[in-house]
Amino acid sequence: MLVWFLPRVLALPITFTLMNNQDKVLLSHGSGGRLSHSLIKDVFLKYFTEPQLLNNEDASTIPDLPAGKLCFSTDSYVVKPIFFPGGNIGKLAVCGTVNDLSMRGALPLYLSAGFIIEEGFLIKDLEMIAQTMFQYSQKSSVKIITGDTKVVERGAADKIFINTSGVGIIPEGRSVSTTNAKIGDYILINGTIGDHGIAILSQREGMNFSSTIQSDCAPLNMIVESLFNICSSIHVLKDPTRGGLGTSLNEVALASKIGIEINEDSIPISRTVATACEMLGLDPLYLANEGKFITFVPPEEADKILIEMKKNQLGIEASIIGIVTDSHPGLVLMKTIYGAKRVINMPSGELLPRIC
Amino acid sequence: MSLTAEFKDPSLVRAIIKNMSDIQTKPLTFMEFCGTHTQSIFKHGIRKLLPKTIKMLSGPGCPVCVTDQKEIDYSIALSQLPGVIITTFGDFLKVPGSDGSNLQKARAWGADIRIVYSPLDAIQIALQNKQKKVIFLGIGFETTAPIVAASILRAVKDRVSNYYVFSMHKLTPPATKAILNLGEIKLDGILGPGHVSTIIGSLAWEFLPSIYNLPFAISGFEAVDIIKGLESLVKQNVEKKPQVINTYSRSVRPEGNTRAIATMNEVFYEDLACWRGLGSIPDSGLSIKSSYKKFNAKDQFDIRIPEPELFNPYDCQCHEVIRGLIEPPECRYFKNKCTPDNPLGACMVSSEGACSAYYLYSYE
Ligand code: SF4
Repeated sequence: MLVWFLPRVLALPITFTLMNNQDKVLLSHGSGGRLSHSLIKDVFLKYFTEPQLLNNEDASTIPDLPAGKLCFSTDSYVVKPIFFPGGNIGKLAVCGTVNDLSMRGALPLYLSAGFIIEEGFLIKDLEMIAQTMFQYSQKSSVKIITGDTKVVERGAADKIFINTSGVGIIPEGRSVSTTNAKIGDYILINGTIGDHGIAILSQREGMNFSSTIQSDCAPLNMIVESLFNICSSIHVLKDPTRGGLGTSLNEVALASKIGIEINEDSIPISRTVATACEMLGLDPLYLANEGKFITFVPPEEADKILIEMKKNQLGIEASIIGIVTDSHPGLVLMKTIYGAKRVINMPSGELLPRIC
Repeated sequence: MSLTAEFKDPSLVRAIIKNMSDIQTKPLTFMEFCGTHTQSIFKHGIRKLLPKTIKMLSGPGCPVCVTDQKEIDYSIALSQLPGVIITTFGDFLKVPGSDGSNLQKARAWGADIRIVYSPLDAIQIALQNKQKKVIFLGIGFETTAPIVAASILRAVKDRVSNYYVFSMHKLTPPATKAILNLGEIKLDGILGPGHVSTIIGSLAWEFLPSIYNLPFAISGFEAVDIIKGLESLVKQNVEKKPQVINTYSRSVRPEGNTRAIATMNEVFYEDLACWRGLGSIPDSGLSIKSSYKKFNAKDQFDIRIPEPELFNPYDCQCHEVIRGLIEPPECRYFKNKCTPDNPLGACMVSSEGACSAYYLYSYE
């Protein structure tokens, strides 16, 4: 990876501007030559303004990390469609990696951004994506300090793929892990499930299904920090993205070797998502979320956490959804609204489209 | 709360179940024919709520599960032809063919296979890919057959000349008769399929009380619907008056959906069909009439596939599950060798299959 650089000598002779509305990314934009530089200058550096990016260096340095354990995460984003109700691939790429770091109790600090762009991609779309990434990096107080762009020939990628990696610091005294759920813990979620999944499905070709639902894509680090401010014994944090709530609960049950019991009644779900799921025969428990997290906390802390969550815009519909038990380790059960218990399994291989 | 809240009312469910156990006089065994019922019953945990003296069996009502091995082999063979695009419903991709391959694997090896939600989407694909031959793999019961018929009529109207249907459609009343004629299980009533009956009408089931002396209750798919249907079956047993009772009247009419039936009859005729587990049943399938021959994949593509070998490497017991003879956990491959990720048989593939419903929702 190369830090985006804008050598002063080269910057001057670039005399043409090509950024009108219908301009497209060309293979030569990725060649490392003049066109590459103009793309970087006119699109990325307009928004990504960290001083590290402007230096002609192969890698960025990070000055003065706060004390704590370094936390590092990476994720690639291939969502289709790239623009969807409530966001775009750029928002997802920033929020996704920020959230991954938050789920270990880390304060997210720095991100990298790597772009693989299909030849012919509209430059104005690229600009919109870069702008969104900037906006959400600001919102979540992280800095994008290194990046890379590759252009591949038509058909070698589907429009645009983005990889972001992130580093953060886990302050002293935090120990958050999926292996850390304790018998008796209460399980909370910060809001309705399935919004992202349905927002994406509603846009899919051949779906002929319009819905007003917006993706819930959002950076979770602020709301998570607000919980750490009032509670030092958060055991587990997990964002139920791909695979949904059902999968995340199973992952925790397996990793912590505990049993989980949730109440169907207490799982927040919007009417639109519930109706869409009924129509499409989908189970909202397995639909993706991009702005939700579950947390496992000691029972005596649960009410306090719930109140704190609800204070945040991203937690208005927060709810206590279940408990950790010592019976049936590794298994997630749900009490249906009729009072019968049934298993919530890991879903099998998805045939759904790319959702993140 | 969703739009169907009144059909999900937990207190109503409890009240009806209480009433059921109050009036019931002897142990009863019912079968739900339809896979959507199977899925709903497991998902809501209804079996666990019922009085212990009511036993539920799952019937052959999952279209993927009853599709014959030969038809699956044929579908995979179609996908191997040059210049074709296969369109189908998602569930069908994982059903293993005789040689262990499936459409999903075929796709990974380069076949152009696309999942659609309606055959009308397949028409769109045909219009967008005029140089290719677009084949829709038509599986399903009376519920999907009319829309597949409509897609052929649309192709005629829009002069789409590169659209073909491989019809594997099956009819439910003949299969119900076949199960009863086998005489392997003793039933005290059948929970009738709501969606199928919406198309064919409640009158189509009159043969059950009149010939087989068997109670029949058509029901919808929410918990209250299902419980009401079962309550009706209990009542009919107590009163010893088998009838066709329609507890899903918000959707099902006696004569059914006459327009859908007319569309279906325009394109298809009743034909001998082979069912997994039940074998060949006369007039239980839908084949494309000769007037629409040019859309019939069976006519238009000359492929011959070997007879599936009788030898089954895993002796999957789907055929017994479909007939209600065994419960999925009685199969020795259930949950160990056979899982939804790696299904050995069709009943584990579709979310409406009994093995899959057991796997996904049941514990102990
Ligand atoms: S568990 Fe698998 S192998 Fe056994 S009957 Fe069901 S599908 Fe066949």
